[in-house]
Amino acid sequence: MGAGHHHRLHLSGDSLVHRLPPQCKLAAVVCFALVVVATPREWFGLFAGYGALLAAVAVIARIPPGFLLRRMAVEVPFVVFAVALPFVGSGERTPFLGLSLSVAGLWAAWNILVKATLGVLASVLLAATTEPRMILLGAQRLRLPSLLVQIAMFMLRYLDVILAEMRRMRVARESRGFAARDVRHIPVIARSAGALFIRSYERGERVHLAMLSRGYTGSMPVLADPSASSRQWLAAGMLPGVALVALLGVWGLA
Amino acid sequence: MSAGTGAGTGTVPSLEVSRLAYAYPDGTQALFGVDLRLERGERVALLGPNGAGKTTLVMHLNGILTAGHGTVTVAGLPVGRDSLMEIRRRVGLVFQDPDDQLFMPTVREDVAFGPANMGVRGAELERRVVTALERVGMLQTADRPPHHLSFGQRRRVAVATVLAMEPEILVLDEPSSNLDPASRRELAEILRGLDVTVLMVTHDLPYALELCERSLILSGGVIVADGPTREILADPELLAAHRLELPYGFAIPGGAGAGRAGAGGAGDM
Repeated sequence: MGAGHHHRLHLSGDSLVHRLPPQCKLAAVVCFALVVVATPREWFGLFAGYGALLAAVAVIARIPPGFLLRRMAVEVPFVVFAVALPFVGSGERTPFLGLSLSVAGLWAAWNILVKATLGVLASVLLAATTEPRMILLGAQRLRLPSLLVQIAMFMLRYLDVILAEMRRMRVARESRGFAARDVRHIPVIARSAGALFIRSYERGERVHLAMLSRGYTGSMPVLADPSASSRQWLAAGMLPGVALVALLGVWGLA
Repeated sequence: MSAGTGAGTGTVPSLEVSRLAYAYPDGTQALFGVDLRLERGERVALLGPNGAGKTTLVMHLNGILTAGHGTVTVAGLPVGRDSLMEIRRRVGLVFQDPDDQLFMPTVREDVAFGPANMGVRGAELERRVVTALERVGMLQTADRPPHHLSFGQRRRVAVATVLAMEPEILVLDEPSSNLDPASRRELAEILRGLDVTVLMVTHDLPYALELCERSLILSGGVIVADGPTREILADPELLAAHRLELPYGFAIPGGAGAGRAGAGGAGDM
C-alpha cells in the first residue's frame, strides 16, 4: 500500500509550536482568522503586521518558507475568482495598463486575497506542526460535534485503503487495454467512480458491524486526552492576542 | 486468562445455539433451525460452502442479527436486547478483512477500543492492550497506524483487538484467507496457544484439521454433520454432498485406518 507520502502536510519537529497541545493551536488559528476577517480592508499596515506574526510563528516552528508556499496551492481557486472580480465588477472604473478595471472589484479582490491568504497560511502552519490525528483529538477536546470528528477520523484511516482500491481498479482497466484519451471515455471513468462509491459504502457497513461487535454505542471512548496548561493556552493565545490588540489599537486611533 | 463467568464452569457450555432460524427482511430464509453446543476450551471448525449461512450464523452469536426463532446462549447468558453489551464482551468476532476491523489511527488505540467501550480505563486498559498484543506477538507495532502493517500482521492485530476484551469465545471468519504460508502457520501457532473457546468459520479444510478436533458442517441453513474433524474430512461423499473438497494431493494424515504415525500436521491436542 503506497502510504509513503501520507503526512504530506505535516512536518515533524520539536519546536515550541509543535509541542503545544492541539486544542490550543486550533483555537488560536480560528481566533486569528476571526480577527483577520474583522479587519477593514483599507488598513494595509495591519495586514502586513498579521503576515509578520505568522512569519514569526513559522520561524519559531522552523518551517522553511518553501514548504509553506508549496502547501498554499489550495488557495488557487480563490485567487482565480479574485482575479476575475476587477474585470466583471460594476461601478466606477479605473484604467490600468490599457485595461479598464472596476474600482469596487479591485477592492473586493484585494479583500478576498489578503484575508484568504492569511487564513490559509495560518491553517498550513497548524497542519505542518500538528499530526492529523492530534488535530482530531484537539477538535474532540474543543467539544466539536463528535460525529464530525469521527467522520474525519475515518477519512484519515481509510483514505489510503480507498486510494489503493482506486489504483487497483485503474490497473484492471488499463490491463484490458483501456486508456482515457477523450470525452468518450468519461462514462467508463464515471462508472468506476460509482463502483468505488458502492465499495466504500459497503466497507462502511462492515466497519460499523465490527465496531458494534466491540461494544460501540455511538461515541468513541476518549483514550488519549491531551491536557493543556494555562501557560500553553497563553502561548497559543499570543498569535490571535497580538493581532487583536493591534486591530483594537488602530481602531482607537482611527 | 479465564473470563471468570460465575459458578459451574464445568457444566455451562461456552456457546449453545438451539433451533435458530432466521430469514432476511427480503424473505430469504438463511437458517432453518441450527443446533450446536460448544464446551469450554473447545476449538471447533464450522465448515460450509459459500452461501450456506455461515456468516448469518456468526452475526447471531453476538446479537448483530437477532434470532427470528430459537435462542443463542453464551456461557449461560441468553442473547437479547438487554444483554447485548455483555454478550459482545463475551463473544469476540474477528472479521475476514482486517481493514474492516482496524479502524482506529493506531494499533494501540484499536486494541483499546473494545475494552474502553466496556468502561475499562487507565492502568488496567494499558495492561489489557499490552497483554493482547503480546499474545499475538505484535507489541512492537503498538504505535504504528494499522495500514502500515503487512496483511498477516493486520490479521494478528485484529485477533488482539478481540482478545483485549477477554472473551469467553473467539469467533474467526475465514482466518486463513489471503495469508501467505508463513503467516498462516504463525496464526495457527497463536490460535493453538490461546486458552479460549474457538469457533473457526472456514472452508480451508486442512487448516480446520490442523487446529480443530471437532468440526461442524453447515449447509442449506442446517447443521448436517458434527464430529471429529478427521472423520468428517475422511468422508468424501459427505464432503461432496456439501460442496466441500480437500485440496488436490491432500490426504488425511494417518486417516482411513492407515495408522496414526503420519499425523504430523494435525496437531496432537
